[in-house]
Amino acid sequence: MEVRVANVRKEFDRFPALHDVSLDIRSGELIALLGPSGSGKTTLLRLIAGLERPTRGKIFFGEDDASLKSIQQRNVGFVFQHYALFRHMTVADNIGFGLKVRPGATRPPAEEIRRRASELLDLVQLSGLEKRYPAQLSGGQRQRVALARAMAIEPAVLLLDEPFGALDAQVRRDLRRWLRDIHDTTGHTTVFVTHDQEEALELADRVVVMSQGRIEQVGTADEVYDTPNSPFVYGFIGDSSSLPARVEDGQVWLAERPIGLSAPDVPAGPATLFFRPHDVELLDGCGGCIAGTVVNSRRVAETRRVELEVGGDRQRVEIELPIDHAAANKSRIAFRPRKWKLFPRAD
Amino acid sequence: MADPHIETYDPEHEATSAAITESRPARAVLMAIAFVFLALFLVLPLVIVFSQAFAKGAATYLTSLSDGDTLSAIKLTLIVAAISVPLNLVFGVAAAWAIAKFEFKGKAFLTTLVDLPFSVSPVISGLVYVLLFGAQSVLGPWLKAHGIEILFAVPGIVLATVFVTFPFVARELIPLMQEQGTGDEEAALSLGASGWQAFWYVTLPNIKWGLLYGVLLCNARAMGEFGAVSVVSGHIRGQTNTMPLHVEILYNEYNAVGAFAVASLLAGLALVTLVLKTVLEMRYGAEIAATRGH
Amino acid sequence: MSNATTRTGWRFRQPSVIPGFGLTLGFSLAYLTLIILIPLSGLAWRSAALGWADFWRIALDRRTLHALEISFGTALIAAAVNVVFGTVVAWVLVRYRFPGRRIVDAMVDLPFALPTAVAGIALTTLYAPNGWLGKPPMALGIKVAYSPLGIVMALIFIGLPFVVRTVQPIIEEIDKEVEEAAATLGASRFQTITRVLAPGLLPAVVTGFALSFARGVGEYGSVIFIAGNLPNVSEIAPLLIVIRLEEYNYAAATAIAAVMLALSFLMLFVINLLQSWSRKRYG
Repeated sequence: MEVRVANVRKEFDRFPALHDVSLDIRSGELIALLGPSGSGKTTLLRLIAGLERPTRGKIFFGEDDASLKSIQQRNVGFVFQHYALFRHMTVADNIGFGLKVRPGATRPPAEEIRRRASELLDLVQLSGLEKRYPAQLSGGQRQRVALARAMAIEPAVLLLDEPFGALDAQVRRDLRRWLRDIHDTTGHTTVFVTHDQEEALELADRVVVMSQGRIEQVGTADEVYDTPNSPFVYGFIGDSSSLPARVEDGQVWLAERPIGLSAPDVPAGPATLFFRPHDVELLDGCGGCIAGTVVNSRRVAETRRVELEVGGDRQRVEIELPIDHAAANKSRIAFRPRKWKLFPRAD
Repeated sequence: MADPHIETYDPEHEATSAAITESRPARAVLMAIAFVFLALFLVLPLVIVFSQAFAKGAATYLTSLSDGDTLSAIKLTLIVAAISVPLNLVFGVAAAWAIAKFEFKGKAFLTTLVDLPFSVSPVISGLVYVLLFGAQSVLGPWLKAHGIEILFAVPGIVLATVFVTFPFVARELIPLMQEQGTGDEEAALSLGASGWQAFWYVTLPNIKWGLLYGVLLCNARAMGEFGAVSVVSGHIRGQTNTMPLHVEILYNEYNAVGAFAVASLLAGLALVTLVLKTVLEMRYGAEIAATRGH
Repeated sequence: MSNATTRTGWRFRQPSVIPGFGLTLGFSLAYLTLIILIPLSGLAWRSAALGWADFWRIALDRRTLHALEISFGTALIAAAVNVVFGTVVAWVLVRYRFPGRRIVDAMVDLPFALPTAVAGIALTTLYAPNGWLGKPPMALGIKVAYSPLGIVMALIFIGLPFVVRTVQPIIEEIDKEVEEAAATLGASRFQTITRVLAPGLLPAVVTGFALSFARGVGEYGSVIFIAGNLPNVSEIAPLLIVIRLEEYNYAAATAIAAVMLALSFLMLFVINLLQSWSRKRYG
């Protein structure tokens, strides 16, 4: 099922949580809504589910205007952040609930519901736990039951709110791979919310990066990482360093010196220079480069991270060096980013 | 349902921690004060009810209970409770649903209003209905002309009882349902359940013990209410006498055994209520939630 | 529902997918209005109909003033007694282990569960001049039942659970680390209790006092048997309302009730203030 979010605005008590958001989700796609807290990602998910109503704009499921449908009619599988398992029902009853509450004509017989529940339990690798109550399950197991329950109604769209948020790191990694497998098997159109970029980049076909109630960028993991289209995305996805710079005569200037980067297509004026700390070349002399004094150095896995103070106004940037580089405090290092991007800045 | 690994507050350990407990003599004195006080004020009154009821033997006890007026008082008490408790149950659930599941203007004020009857003297709770339906009232002559009896009849007793027991179920459910939030209902709705189905299959099982707890307290008060009912009842023996009113009549007639015999039934009801209440608190404490006590 | 756009600006309630708001709120308001608000406003209306001068003439009648004085005075003394003993009971119940603790704990609620008329005749029999507890003081010339002292006894019984049940959860919540910290800083046990714990308990104790007091002022059933009901000496205000009603003196009954109600609501207001103050201050 395709989902189209068209110019949706959502206000809570007149406070805007989403400004004019549009998004096309293709059928069978696995999409991540990624952003810091307060970015509006959960609000967008709840709007798609029908748990909230948009202040303005519409949401389409295929050709149908979902705004006209109640939450029951939308047929979405929603996995709640804290699972919202019915604690007085067994695992099997939880999974079968959505089928059991159907009106008489479309309700499968009890035997069929039981069969579906145990099939789904197989799918989520929890066979044999039918009779358990939610309180008797581990966090990861509850997560899977919640997913099975959402899938039992054969949803048009599967929506997951911070699906791994309440789990510890090891379980998270396992479940992440497992969710990808399930998605590949069942082919549900799936949208999940996360604030963990690693999770989003690893799992999703496309990532929707959100900030302050707006969509900043939509793209594959490669696209949002390699060609971020806004300072926010550059800063939010992956490690980045930035410096206030200036463009003059098609050259990038730092303070009063050009640094050997040409930017012919960028209009002249103040800008911010972004680059990845690991994507720099070290230089010996400094004709056109960035040079700074080491103020801090630490070992991170197979690299060494150093913090440099650059220029007269002592801007701090981070770069990565090979481990054997003898970067000591106070020593001077000159470098130039290999890949970088400029965003015009209003001064 | 209950996770065996989750222990509730276990003060055993703390109470024995040397740094934070009183010296032995101090503990003995405090405990002695508490026990003597409770014995004088709680245990002795209970003991005297039963000792007076059986003062002239079991046979006299049974005779006084099988008196016709006593039996009709028992019957009336049961009828009144059977009407007023379900009414307040429905109100309690409806009010808790509106207050706990939604955000709206004036919610805090409404919550305060629900508790209002607790701060009204029982006598005044009865008086307001006398003023509303009595012969001197605006409605009085009209009711009389149409042959509708409210005061000094069962409807008046029910109304007064409903008034004094009004908050019990609601005040039990409101904090409980607020704590539970709307997540479970949203999940049920998203799975295709209708509003009634969500209430029936999801909300009701979540609140059932709290509901039972509220009903228990509501019933105890409904059967035992004296002041409010006394004002509206008219004390007609065999007709508008509830058990507590009958206790008063027998006592004022110097029929101590009779009065204490009926009183012993009410005391028995109180004890059963306390036992059930304690059992509910022990087994389902978390599902009854924060509002222990009154 | 047919319109995807909802109105912005002031709204009575936050939109929600949960159904049933109109039904449940409508029913609750209708029921509340019929059962509570209309009857209570009837009382207000009838007092207003008396006129200012008549109202105060009746309300400030000597017998009425004495009845109010007795109701409020005895309730005050009983609440004070309950604060002392109720706090000790709560402390013992939370902090000490002893056989039968559960039963004792459950018994504290007896006054909530026991019908007031039963409590009334039981206490009267106990404290009567020839009763188990009435005889010893009688030998010293102190009459308990059929005197204001009897009223105090009944109100202690009625009000006890209010203090215990308000203070008990606060004692349970005391973080033991706070006490241990006080101990490591050199405080004696007595100092820890009076300087560290007591200030934290104070709001709960005051609330319990106010609840016990409010309940005592309006109490009727348990008091009328033991009071002796001598006008101006041991006649409580609720009883005077009943007496005026039986004399068909509706004006007087209404006026006394209105004064009592106003005072009760004032107390309710103070209790709410106390609770929100302590919530703000102590979380």
